[in-house]
Amino acid sequence: MAAIPTTAVSTALAISAVGLTKSYGDKQVLRGIDLEIPAGTVFALLGPNGAGKTTTVQILSTLIPGDGGSAQVAGHDLVRGADGVRKAIGVTGQFSAVDNLLTAEENLMLMADLHHLPRREGRRRAEELLRRFDLTDVAGTPATTFSGGMRRKLDLAMTLVGDPKVIFLDEPTTGLDPRSRRTMWEIIRSLVADHGVTIFLTTQYLDEADELADRIAVLDGGRIVAEGTAEELKRIVPGGRIRLQFADAAQLGAAAALFDYATVDAEALRLDIPGDNSVLTVKAVLDTLDNASVRAESLVVETADLDDVFLQLTGEGGQ
Amino acid sequence: MSLTMNYAARDSLTLLRRNLRRAQRYPAMTFSVVVMPVMMLALFNYAFGGALGAGIGGGSYIDYVTPGIVLMTATSGAVATAVAVCVDMTEGIVNRFRTMSISRSAFLAGHVIGSVIQTVIALVLVTGAAFAMGFRSSAGPVEWLAAAGLLLFVTLALTWISAGIGLVSKTPESASNTPLPMTFLPFLGSAIVPPDSMPTVLRWFAEYQPFTPIIETLRGLLMGTEIGAVSAWSSLGWCTALTLAGFFWSRSVFYRR
Repeated sequence: MAAIPTTAVSTALAISAVGLTKSYGDKQVLRGIDLEIPAGTVFALLGPNGAGKTTTVQILSTLIPGDGGSAQVAGHDLVRGADGVRKAIGVTGQFSAVDNLLTAEENLMLMADLHHLPRREGRRRAEELLRRFDLTDVAGTPATTFSGGMRRKLDLAMTLVGDPKVIFLDEPTTGLDPRSRRTMWEIIRSLVADHGVTIFLTTQYLDEADELADRIAVLDGGRIVAEGTAEELKRIVPGGRIRLQFADAAQLGAAAALFDYATVDAEALRLDIPGDNSVLTVKAVLDTLDNASVRAESLVVETADLDDVFLQLTGEGGQ
Repeated sequence: MSLTMNYAARDSLTLLRRNLRRAQRYPAMTFSVVVMPVMMLALFNYAFGGALGAGIGGGSYIDYVTPGIVLMTATSGAVATAVAVCVDMTEGIVNRFRTMSISRSAFLAGHVIGSVIQTVIALVLVTGAAFAMGFRSSAGPVEWLAAAGLLLFVTLALTWISAGIGLVSKTPESASNTPLPMTFLPFLGSAIVPPDSMPTVLRWFAEYQPFTPIIETLRGLLMGTEIGAVSAWSSLGWCTALTLAGFFWSRSVFYRR
C-alpha cells in the first residue's frame, strides 16, 4: 500500500476512543481500550476468541453501550450522536446478517429502501453491487441456498449500499475456504483504494492483518497489548522455529544435546529449535546435525504465528 | 420532526413488505394458523357436535361454536407471531437494522402489522370454512362490521403480546410454547360450552377471564344472542389493556436488547 501523505490525513481521525470498558456481570470483557484510527486507513484488531474483539465492534457500531470511556466515529459521539454514527457506518458481522428468505437482489433493495434511496437509484446500486461481487447470476436466488463465501459477499454488498465512510468487518473471513478468503481480501483492498473508506477489521489470523492492515493492535484479555505496523509487530516476535522429526529416541536424544534452546517432544520424537526461516539458519542446523552424525527424518520451518505473538506479548507483559 | 415521522412510516412500510414477502416464501406457518381452527371446527361439528348440541339445549351446535373457534384463529395467529419475531431476533439481520439509521419502532411495527394482516386472512378463511360446514349467521352488515372490528382489535392486542413473547424467548421452540396457555384459554371460557355447566371454581374463572366477554360479544353480534353492556365494555377494555401492555412491554424489551 502506498504511503499516506501525512499532512492532510493525519489530522482527520475516523475513529477515536478513550478508555472503553465493558463488563458482563463479573466478567470484564474490555479493560480500557484507546484507539486512534486515521481516515482512509485499514486498522486490524488482532486477537484470539474471547479477547473482546466483537464487543469492541459492537460498542463502536452503537449496537451495545459501553460501561465507561468515550468514542467518536466519523466525527460523531457514540452516545450523543448515535444516529450520526449510524448514518456514516456499515457493519458486516461475524454472523451472517442477510435475510435468508429473500433473494440477493431483494436483500440489496431492502437496504436501499432503508437508506431512503429513490427506487431507481436503489435498483442501480443493487445491480452495480451484484456485478461487482460476482453475484449477478444468483440475483434472483434466495440467500438460503448460498455458500458461505457467497453469503459473506452478499453481506458485505448489503453493507455497502448506504455508501458508508467507516466500515466495520468483524472476522470477515472466519469459516471461509482459502479461495473465498482471497476474494474477500481483494474486495477489502479495493474498497480502500477506490473509495477511500476507513476499515476497522477484527481477525484472529496474523497473515490476514498482515495482508490488509496499515496498523494492527493486538487485543488480549480486554487490553491492547501491542500496536504498530505489521513490520513492527513482527520485530517483537522473533522468527518461528525449525521442527525436526526423528526415527527413534536415540537420535532425538543425541540431537537434543546439540541445541541449547530446543524443546523436546519425546512422544512425537520431535525437536523444536527456535529460529527464523533464513537459509543460513537452516543450513547451520543441518550442519550441526551432520557434524555430530545425527540423522533427522524430516525438517519443517514454521514462521511466527498468532500463538507466538501471544506467548511473546503476554509472557513479557507480566500479567 | 415531520421528516422523522415520515421516515418512521416509510421504514415501517419497508419492513412490513419484507415480512409479508417472508410469509409468502414460508407459507407453512400461515397455513398452520388456518389448519388448527378448521380441524377444531370439523372435530366439534362432526364428532362432538351431536352430544354437545343436545347438552346446550338445542339449536345448531356449529352456530354456537363458530364464534369461539374464529376467536381461536386469532390466538393461533398469535403463536405464529411470537415464532416469527423470535426467529428474526435470532438471525443476524436485526443487528444490521440496529446499526442503521432507521426508526427503532419500525422493526416492531413491521412485524405487528404484517402479523395482523396474516391473521385477518386466516380469520376470513376459517369463517369461510364455518359457512361451508353449515354455519348460518343472523347478522346484518352493521353487525358484521362490528364483529370484524372487534376481531381486528383482539388480533392487534394478541399480536402485541406475542411480539413481546417472541422478543423475550431465547429459541423459536420456546416462542411457540409460551403462548400455548393463551390458546387454551378460550376452552376455559364460553367458546365450546356455556360456563354455567362448569364446576364453581372453573365457572368463576371462565366468567372473569378476557376471552369470555369477547366470545359472548362476538356471538351476540353474529347470532343475535343477548350481548349485555358488561360483555361489550369489558371486551373493549380487555383489548385496550392488552394492546397497551403488549405495546409498551415489547418496546421496552426491544430497546433494551
